[in-house]
Amino acid sequence: MFADYSLAELGSIFVMQGFAGLILFSVFVLMALGLAIIFGQMGVINMAHGEFMILGAYVTYFTSQFFLNYLPSLFGAYFFLAMILAFFAAGALGMAVEWLMIRRLYKRPLDTLLATWGLSLILQQVYRSVFGPREVGVELPNWMMGSLPVTDMVEVQINGLFVMALTIAITVAVALLMYKSAWGKQVRAVVQNRVMAGAVGIDTEKVDRYTFGLGCGIAGIAGSAFTMIGSTGPTSGQLYIVDTFLVVVFGGAQSLLGTIASAFTISQAQSTMEFFLSGSMAKVLTLLGVVIILMLRPQGLFVIKVRR
Amino acid sequence: MLKSDRTFFLRPQDMIGIAVLAFLLIVVLPLTLDNFRLQFVGKYLTYAFVALGLVLCWGYAGILSLGQGVFFGLGGYCMAMFLKLEASSVEATKIQTTPGIPDFMDWNQITALPYMWQPFNSLTLTLIAVIMVPALFAFIVGFAMFKRRVGGVYFAIITQALAAIMTILIIGQQGYTGGINGITDLRTLNGWDIRTDSAKTILYFVCVGLLIACILIAYFVKSSKLGRILVAMRDKEDRVRFSGYDVANFKVFVFCLAASLSAIGGAMFTLQVGFMSPSFVGIVPSIEMVIYAAVGGRLSILGAIYGTLLVNWAKTSFSESFPELWLFGLGGLFIAVVLIFPNGIAGLWQSYIAPHLGPLFGGAAKRRASPPATPPAAPPSGTAAPAAAE
Repeated sequence: MFADYSLAELGSIFVMQGFAGLILFSVFVLMALGLAIIFGQMGVINMAHGEFMILGAYVTYFTSQFFLNYLPSLFGAYFFLAMILAFFAAGALGMAVEWLMIRRLYKRPLDTLLATWGLSLILQQVYRSVFGPREVGVELPNWMMGSLPVTDMVEVQINGLFVMALTIAITVAVALLMYKSAWGKQVRAVVQNRVMAGAVGIDTEKVDRYTFGLGCGIAGIAGSAFTMIGSTGPTSGQLYIVDTFLVVVFGGAQSLLGTIASAFTISQAQSTMEFFLSGSMAKVLTLLGVVIILMLRPQGLFVIKVRR
Repeated sequence: MLKSDRTFFLRPQDMIGIAVLAFLLIVVLPLTLDNFRLQFVGKYLTYAFVALGLVLCWGYAGILSLGQGVFFGLGGYCMAMFLKLEASSVEATKIQTTPGIPDFMDWNQITALPYMWQPFNSLTLTLIAVIMVPALFAFIVGFAMFKRRVGGVYFAIITQALAAIMTILIIGQQGYTGGINGITDLRTLNGWDIRTDSAKTILYFVCVGLLIACILIAYFVKSSKLGRILVAMRDKEDRVRFSGYDVANFKVFVFCLAASLSAIGGAMFTLQVGFMSPSFVGIVPSIEMVIYAAVGGRLSILGAIYGTLLVNWAKTSFSESFPELWLFGLGGLFIAVVLIFPNGIAGLWQSYIAPHLGPLFGGAAKRRASPPATPPAAPPSGTAAPAAAE
């Protein structure tokens, strides 16, 4: 399969596919971060995560429309406001869902899976009824269009670079929040030992609610970033949900580093293979590889050792 | 009561329940519904096999598989491959470049029948494959995972990934599987035309017969010692393990059994509906099949059948009149069944209706009214029993 290409061409293919993989990686990381927080913290499987992401994407779309119609001079900066709005919209919805539904189900993880699946169906239909079944795409501001030539055969898109930078920023922010702030300490305490955390005076219910909100909010930001590289429809979220769950499980559910490492592995494997095989076979092989590794090593790549 | 359990695996109230179901399916529905609607019921009943498997696997053993569509599909595809080969005889396909192979292979420039398809020239091998291929697949998956003590949510996610993989694979390998259209244009089973109305009616009754046989198998498993171990395992896995049982083997067994049951449903689906496509394999149909069992009552074998019929009937009638509303309804059903009535219709029946039947039917029904003691005693949340018990 390599015979048809010269060495230089092969090199640039790998770089370009690697770059495409990095964009996929960014989306995976942004989605998986939220999931990993929710799953790692509460053991809750949020099947509606993709729909929270799509909510963020729709918020971004409408913000861009608003700027286009009323504030065209500031259009270049709409994305930053959109991202903040997306975070709060998805986060608020997440907290509402936690309060209405999830908190009654903490002891029944499989049931949360079914309930959130139901929620995702309802949200999809809401999007379809309210925003229409057609996919919508945002208009990128000028500074985000085009690509930077690196060599004469390799060039990278600016929007891809932007999404990557955003991913790094969000990841760093989440890491700081989880590992350096007082609130993060409370979250980690609850993860490690819920009863003891409660006994030392942490309001575990409140921590749960805000953690769930935070996870969903990050999904909203992921949706915002998603509009930069693809169009949004009512069911776009579902396309990513299985991949993202595999990313989280593969990485080891409670490890932030593991999530990032596994998102990297999966996205790179997939996009590199995509060039040489058909897209569907690349996906099959990647998923199958992950499933087989998970069968051999069910705890995932990185594990936090906790005495229970 | 214990004594009667030891002598025969069906309690009197189970026998009444099965008899009522059989009467409904064999006499009432064929007499009251026209042919068109009866075929719908036949199609729904094929899903009931999956729901039945899920009651055993999820309700009793606590293993939630979100990949039952894979097994349904494997069974269906095995059957479809046989029927397709029969429909693509050399005479019937002489306009193709390579006569004698299925049309979609010809369109995809495949010139010889792939090895994978060879066994499906024989009906006997096909029938064996319908049961064995999914069971073998389930064995490999289950063995690898349960031996390493993977369970609960992880198992659910991995089986869901398998459903995704299977769909992508079937759609991607168009030349071997018929791709997204699936295997269509099936005509005869050993020379017997399955497309006529009378054939469909006969297949309906075959389906009902098989379903009742499978229900009996399920009751047998449930009331055997094995069934008790499964329940014990669901409620306190460690204690069963410490008592000297190899928990994994029981899980593998029930998972394989559920897979085979689903596959029978899949094969009957292909026969009755006349095609098989990847849209019955993927994530969405697989998780929908879980809701059938959940609505009927995850702890009730007969409940699962009624649940399947009810949900599918609702789906058909809603999609006919208000397609927009159906997804709201289905989503709401998922949430309601988890939050409000975790034991499904069977749970509602046992706590609200069965007690009132006692006075009406006198002695015999009193015994029917007594079972509420059993299921509600198991905490409302099948899988979370350990947490609730503490």
